[in-house]
Amino acid sequence: MKFLVCISNVPDTTTKITFTPDNKEFNKAGVQFVINPWDEYALTRAIELKEAAGSGTVTVLNVGEADTEPNIRKALAIGADDAIRVNAAPQDAFFVAEQIAAVAKEGGYDVILMGKESIDYNGFQVHGMVGEMLGIPTVAPAMKLDMNGNTATLEREIEGGKEIVTVTTPFVASCQQPMCEPRIPNMRGIMTARTKPLKVVPPVGEPARTQVAEYALPPKKQGVKLIPAENAGELIKLLRNEAKVI
Amino acid sequence: MSVLVVVECADGEVKKSSLEVATYGAEVAAMLGTTATAIAVGEATEANLAKLGEQGITKVLYDAEPRLKDFVNNAYTKLIATAAEQEQAKVIILANSNIGAAVGSRLSVRLKASLATNAVELPKTDNGQFVVRRGAFSGKAFSDVVLSGERKIIAVKKNSTEAKHEAGKTAEVQSFTAQLTDADFADAPTQVVMQDQAGGILLPEADRVVSGGRGMKGPENWGLIEDLAKALHAATACSKPVSDVDWRPHHEHVGQTGITVSPNLYIACGISGAIQHLAGVNSSKVIVVINKDPEAPFFKAADYGIVGDVFDVLPKLTAAVKELG
Repeated sequence: MKFLVCISNVPDTTTKITFTPDNKEFNKAGVQFVINPWDEYALTRAIELKEAAGSGTVTVLNVGEADTEPNIRKALAIGADDAIRVNAAPQDAFFVAEQIAAVAKEGGYDVILMGKESIDYNGFQVHGMVGEMLGIPTVAPAMKLDMNGNTATLEREIEGGKEIVTVTTPFVASCQQPMCEPRIPNMRGIMTARTKPLKVVPPVGEPARTQVAEYALPPKKQGVKLIPAENAGELIKLLRNEAKVI
Repeated sequence: MSVLVVVECADGEVKKSSLEVATYGAEVAAMLGTTATAIAVGEATEANLAKLGEQGITKVLYDAEPRLKDFVNNAYTKLIATAAEQEQAKVIILANSNIGAAVGSRLSVRLKASLATNAVELPKTDNGQFVVRRGAFSGKAFSDVVLSGERKIIAVKKNSTEAKHEAGKTAEVQSFTAQLTDADFADAPTQVVMQDQAGGILLPEADRVVSGGRGMKGPENWGLIEDLAKALHAATACSKPVSDVDWRPHHEHVGQTGITVSPNLYIACGISGAIQHLAGVNSSKVIVVINKDPEAPFFKAADYGIVGDVFDVLPKLTAAVKELG
C-alpha cells in the first residue's frame, strides 16, 4: 500500500497573529512553524497502517518553499519513508490541490491522507478538490481509518453523529482526532531522517482562483465586567437585560 | 442567472444553519438583482421546504430519492451541480458544515468555481471585485478574499448571520431529479450513528454553550454543567485536556483542534483559557468566564466574569435561570 500524506507548514498553535503594516501578509517575524496539527493525525495513522501491514510506503508531500524543509525532515523522523516538496509558495487551496493531484497521479498512490484543514487558512477545501481532480472518493473529516487489503472502513463525522463509510482504494481522506495519538520523533528517527530522500519538483497547473486582499484582526474586547461570586445570580439578569443573549 | 442555496435537512426539518444560509443567499441575490433558489438535501417535508419563503427563497428544488437521506459526497455533489447548471447559478451558497465544506470543495472543481469557506459576512462587490470576509488563523483573524472567475461558491460560518422569518411568505417547491445512478452512491455510508447530545442540542449549531475544563475536577461533577445547560437550552462542551483524559467525549471538545463554535453565549467553567482554546471560541458574541483564579487568561477575552469556585457558582446560576422562568 502506497500512502501519500500531505502536510502544511503552519504557525505554532500558541502564535499571536499579526500582519505586515499594509495588512497584506502574515507577519512571520519570530514565528515558529510546525507541522499542521491536523496533518499529524494523517501522518501517524499512515505510519501505523504501514507498520500493521508489514509492507508499504509512506511518502510525505508539502507544497512550500525551502524554509518548510525542517518540518518535512520532522515528518521523516516520525516515520515517513521519503518526501516530495513542490517548490512553490502555496497560493490558495485550488493551487495546492492541483499540486497534490499531479504528484498523486504520477506516483500512483493508493491512499491520500491529510488533515481536515490547516490551522492558518482554515479552508477545509483541499481534500475535496484533490478527490474531484482525481475522480476518486473523498471522506472528510474522518475520525477513524482501518484498512483490510484495499478496502478501507472510515468513521466520518457528521453534525450530531458519525457515518461509517467503506471505500476501496484509491481514495482521499482528511483526518482529525481521535484517529490516533500523534507521534513525536525519537533520536533514532531524527538521525535516519537526515538520509531519507527528499525530492523537489516544480509546480504545475493553473493560477490560483482566490487572492487575499487584506487581513484583519477582530475588534478588541472592551474588558470584563466582574460580578461578585456571592451574588452570582446577578450575572443571569445582566445576560438577559444588558447582553440580551438569554 | 440566479443564486443557488444548498439547504440541509434532517428528520424532515431544515437545519438552523441552513435557515441562516437561506437568508444570506436571499440577501446576496438581492444585491445581484436576482432571485434565490434552494436545492434541498437530506430528508425534508414539502411544508417545511415551502416555509423557506420566510427567509426570502422563491423556489426550492427537492429530489425525493431515498438514498439521499444520509450524506453521500458523490451523489450530493452531482445533485447540486445538476441544479446549478439547470438554474445557471453564478453564486452557490452552502453552510460551512461538514457536509457543506466537503461538497463545496468538490463542486468548485466540477463547476470551475472559486470557493470561500468560513464566510462571516455578506460579500462586497465594489470596484468590480467580489470580496468575501472569512475567518482565518483559527478565529484569531479574518481574511478578505477576492473570488475570481464567472462562478463563486461561498460556505457560510454558522451563527455568523441571523435567519429572517417573514411570516406568511412561501417558496414554490418543485420536484427535481439529477438522474443519480448506483455508481453515484458508491461511497454511501453503511451505518449512521447519532451521538447523545445533552438536551438534544447539537454543539456546532448551538446558540448557547456551557463548557467545562479541568477545574471541574472530574466527570462525576458534569451534572453541574448539564443542569445549567439544560436550564439555558444550551449545548455542553469541554476543553481539550478534558476530552484527552476521557472525562467527556471528543465531539464535545472545542478549540483550535476541536470544534470551532460561535454561539451568542459561551460560558466557560473552570477553563483557564489557553490560546488554543480561545481560538475555537473567540468569535462567540458574549463570553462568560467562571474561574477561581483571577489571573486566568480567559478573563482577558471575557465580557462577563465571576472569580469564584465553580462548585459554588454554577448552582446559583442554574437557580437564577430557573427563577426567570
